[in-house]
Amino acid sequence: MSQSLVDDTALGLARPVDTAPGPEPRSRGDVRRLLRFLARRPGLLLSVVVLVLVVLASFWPGLFTSQDPLKGVPAQNFRGPSAHHWFGTDELGRDVFSRVVHGAQLSLKATLIAVLVAFVVGGLLGVVAGFVGRWVDDVLMRFVDVLLSIPALFMSLALVTALGYGTVKVAVAVGIASVASFARVARAEVLRVRQAVFVEASRASGARWYSVLGRHVLPNAAGPVIVLATLDFGSSILAVSALSFLGYGAPPPAPEWGTLISDGRNYLANAWWLTALPGLAIAATVLATNRIARALDGEWSRQP
Amino acid sequence: MTDEREDGEDVTTPLLEIRGLSVSYRTRGGTVEAVRGVDLDVWPGQVTAVVGESGSGKSTTAHAITRLLSANGRIDAGTVRFGRHDLTTLSEAELRTVRGARIGLVPQDPTVSLNPVRRIGDQVAEVLRIHGLATRRSAPAEAVEVLDRAGLPDAAVRARQYPHELSGGMRQRALIAVAIAARPELIIADEPTSALDVTVQRVILDHLQTLTQELGTAVLLVTHDLGVAADRAQRLVVMSRGKVVEAGPTGDVLAGPQDAYTRHLLASAPSLTTARPRTPVSAPEAETAPLLEARNLVKEYRLPRAGDGPRTLRAVDDVSLTLRRGRTLALVGESGSGKSTTARLVLRLTDATAGQILLDGTDVTTAKGAQARQLRRRAQLVYQNPYASLDPRFSVAEVITEPLRAFKVGDRASRLSRARELLDRVALPAATLERRPAELSGGQRQRVAIARALALSPDLVVCDEPVSALDVSVQAQVLDLLAELQADTGVAYLFISHDLAVVRQIAHQVAVMRTGRVVETGPPEKLFTDPRHEYTRELLSAIPGGRLPSPAQTATSRGAAS
Amino acid sequence: MRRYVIKRLAQAVGVLWAAYTVSFLVLDYLPGDPVTAMASAGMDSGQVDPQQIAALRHEYGFDKPVLVQYAEYLGRAVRGDFGDSVSTGRAVTSTLADALPQTLQLTGTALLLAVLLGGGLAVVATYTTQRWLRQLLLSLPPLGVSVPTFWVGLLLVELFSFRLHWFPAFGNDGLRGLVLPALTLAVPTGAQVAQVLAKSLLTALDQAYIETARAKGADRWRVHLRHALRNASLPALTVVGLLVGQLIAGSVVVETVFSRDGLGRVTAAAVTAQDIPLVQGVVVFGALIFVTTNLVVDLVYPLLDPRIVVASNGRAALA
Repeated sequence: MSQSLVDDTALGLARPVDTAPGPEPRSRGDVRRLLRFLARRPGLLLSVVVLVLVVLASFWPGLFTSQDPLKGVPAQNFRGPSAHHWFGTDELGRDVFSRVVHGAQLSLKATLIAVLVAFVVGGLLGVVAGFVGRWVDDVLMRFVDVLLSIPALFMSLALVTALGYGTVKVAVAVGIASVASFARVARAEVLRVRQAVFVEASRASGARWYSVLGRHVLPNAAGPVIVLATLDFGSSILAVSALSFLGYGAPPPAPEWGTLISDGRNYLANAWWLTALPGLAIAATVLATNRIARALDGEWSRQP
Repeated sequence: MTDEREDGEDVTTPLLEIRGLSVSYRTRGGTVEAVRGVDLDVWPGQVTAVVGESGSGKSTTAHAITRLLSANGRIDAGTVRFGRHDLTTLSEAELRTVRGARIGLVPQDPTVSLNPVRRIGDQVAEVLRIHGLATRRSAPAEAVEVLDRAGLPDAAVRARQYPHELSGGMRQRALIAVAIAARPELIIADEPTSALDVTVQRVILDHLQTLTQELGTAVLLVTHDLGVAADRAQRLVVMSRGKVVEAGPTGDVLAGPQDAYTRHLLASAPSLTTARPRTPVSAPEAETAPLLEARNLVKEYRLPRAGDGPRTLRAVDDVSLTLRRGRTLALVGESGSGKSTTARLVLRLTDATAGQILLDGTDVTTAKGAQARQLRRRAQLVYQNPYASLDPRFSVAEVITEPLRAFKVGDRASRLSRARELLDRVALPAATLERRPAELSGGQRQRVAIARALALSPDLVVCDEPVSALDVSVQAQVLDLLAELQADTGVAYLFISHDLAVVRQIAHQVAVMRTGRVVETGPPEKLFTDPRHEYTRELLSAIPGGRLPSPAQTATSRGAAS
Repeated sequence: MRRYVIKRLAQAVGVLWAAYTVSFLVLDYLPGDPVTAMASAGMDSGQVDPQQIAALRHEYGFDKPVLVQYAEYLGRAVRGDFGDSVSTGRAVTSTLADALPQTLQLTGTALLLAVLLGGGLAVVATYTTQRWLRQLLLSLPPLGVSVPTFWVGLLLVELFSFRLHWFPAFGNDGLRGLVLPALTLAVPTGAQVAQVLAKSLLTALDQAYIETARAKGADRWRVHLRHALRNASLPALTVVGLLVGQLIAGSVVVETVFSRDGLGRVTAAAVTAQDIPLVQGVVVFGALIFVTTNLVVDLVYPLLDPRIVVASNGRAALA
């Protein structure tokens, strides 16, 4: 936006912007705006495509591969990447690409659970602490400080030790480990908005607390928390795959992404594709969500 | 170097000669032309003022001289001749020998313009070190000397302090020290005092003037305040929308403005000599019971225990006020005087430590719950900054109907029609209802905020610096609107302001506050012509614009001295 | 100042105590019956002897009420006794102490690499006027935080050990064995340092005092280092403090990838064996590292940022 760049903001005020496109139907305008926005950012467009493909793979793996992820042809083991086996085959002759595609389901499910746990629990803690304030804030935030003091991976490992192995348990463990950061961001945002002049203006005009919370505070505080959720999606994929790499995820032969790499590790010297290509899938997915989070965080709202 | 200094003393040629300067900013929305074909001269030893409202390009022009534009800014055309050089063609390295050494800059906001993690003395010494005017060993002592010259008391002590330990005025003196350290021929002062209180502003400007006169330094003074320009400058340049609309000796421009915009600016400049007709006050009003009465209000804040200082801060100290229906009471004071806190106490947005607040004879000092909500219904608030007081996600219709919804007045349709009616009242088109605050200008937003405040037909509206964030010409319109609404609806205003000139235009009664106490009250005509208290006199004399022509001389001014 | 230090110390101890409590709740209370879990893990067989369970139950005090257990455990933990490992029978404290030097060597080297590489990248990327170089450099940190650490480690092994034979793939031998693991661990941390520092450098360069410095005639390098970096390094320092705990935890993955002995390997083995006392020791140790580094950062901060004044009530605040 032009305002703050064009001098003379003597009182630190933004100048009026004439962005009003008139009474154009909002939805169609928004779609066109989104398309133009994406067209100017090929990297972002690619990220959206990657994420869409991953989501599709997790729901309908059959769209991408017809080969069975579990049954292999022993005679065709350790084949390098080729037209027939895009990602090559593993020690049992199973198609690695098919295993990555089918693995998307398990990995994505775990990630979604993790983000949801962190978002709901952390968000709630943060909103209550920020809005109620006083001793409730103190108590909740001291608790969050404690959660924060235990490194996330150690926290997840402790929970795995207590809960046991498996995709869902790993997901919950990862989610709880990032509750603290959600609580902090949600609280900071609620506090920021709560102290905004327009919130006091609303209070001064007689609005009740629940209407102030619901109509002003939550909608204005939601943005950064949603951005964090997008970022957390990426880091949860990493955390979940790290735990399954260490062997705490779904039991074999389920093709979880981290497990695939862990399996391939034994053949690192002679079959590089067993580790490199599934890892690429993880990296591409995380990179894509991080890029989208960055776009949500500023570029979208800052564009004209 | 010596040549040019001699050149500079030659008064037949300008020291700085800007011709056809155009500057644009590249933004995502396209290219914004901020300055278009500006011509400007600064003569040696003279003060030249550039006056304009926000967005006029005055600050961009000033920064373009030494090419201190932000990264997306570009000089498209024009020359900036300074001495023998055209500054637009110099290399970055050559330009660095001009910046600081031959052209000093006094920036806009002293509170953010000093590096927070470096000592004041080091920051002044840095100029001397960069330009080889002092050695590592001699620089600290010389920096203290320069600070002393810039009028900073206890310069030796201050030099060892960090910016946050100094007041705004002291920081501006430190920045002036940075600007004069290398004894430049030209100082560019970009709104040097806009962020400061009016009494501090005067002292700083006085000192800057004396200093530059002593040293024979020319000054390019950028300001939005016509009064400041009129008081300080020999020559005046008026800018609007990136162009110079008028330029000439100050006296000539003020006495006979040629351009319509200059006339408009002159007419809307609030000054103590202009006064607008206020809402007529019917005579028997004085006998009725007061609408609002505050008795001996006290508000104390607890301070974090630090050293042996006091444990509490008395923001409001024994304040008593009376406001009658349909009248305007103004609270005037500088920052920290307790005027805003008083307003918040009256609206029960904070609790008073002691004292009593009566609304229509009812004690509301400790009103809670339902009673407090009833108070909200009768007393509303207009904030200083219309950019912050409206929820960016709300449409204008939602903003205005929010109080109605909160009190469950009418149904959706009737609330909307009330909003339409209110918009009409504040002179905004009905189409504005669908807009979002971001799509409106500052003046329009403040009108929306006023419409919201009037939605419940309150008896009292507290206006907290309602026009100080707006350009002067917009200020005048909003003040007119407030007066009109008072005449129509009989609403009473508690009007908070730091600006005596604004207060003069709108108030029936004025209370001057300082450090939490009311030092003087009275009707404006009396208070301004015959101030009793020392502080009121000080405030009055600090107001810039003494040289502005009185309205009788300006044909366009309305409603001369009532 | 002394009161501030004492108060911060007390806070640190409080957080540690609470972290211990959380680990107690998670590990000793949550599993329902930790003894069965331990017994089955320790015995490595499906069939568990009921007598043995009763003995274990008594030995670990699980036949007492939870609060009594908690008090007893806490009392021992304060004296540095976290019990004995279920799988090895050795004391938890000495197990950790033996594993620690290797891990400190690894994480210390990784931290140094992360700060040097990440910080250098941020400074160069924000200083250069070459658009392509800036864009290239600024695209690296997002990449660094997106790649799985274990994958980076395996790729480095594949390239530098198996193909080029420059560095050993596994084990703890000397400096050459340290290069690849430390680099692996430094990638995500360095990327975060670079992101934070680049962002706060850009913010700092936007401040009004930068214009003042330019108006003095200062050259870009001076503006960049003396004015912007000095201010920008403060938020980065806080982040480094937060990242140290993450580095220690990251050793679990990296030591597994490179088969290095150390705290990480011990942790991974403990989790696999459901060795609750050992895992609890690791968690509390992680909190101890975190609390200590942040204590140090907090104590150093007022020395670097004059705006932080330490009031006599021991509360640091922005002036």
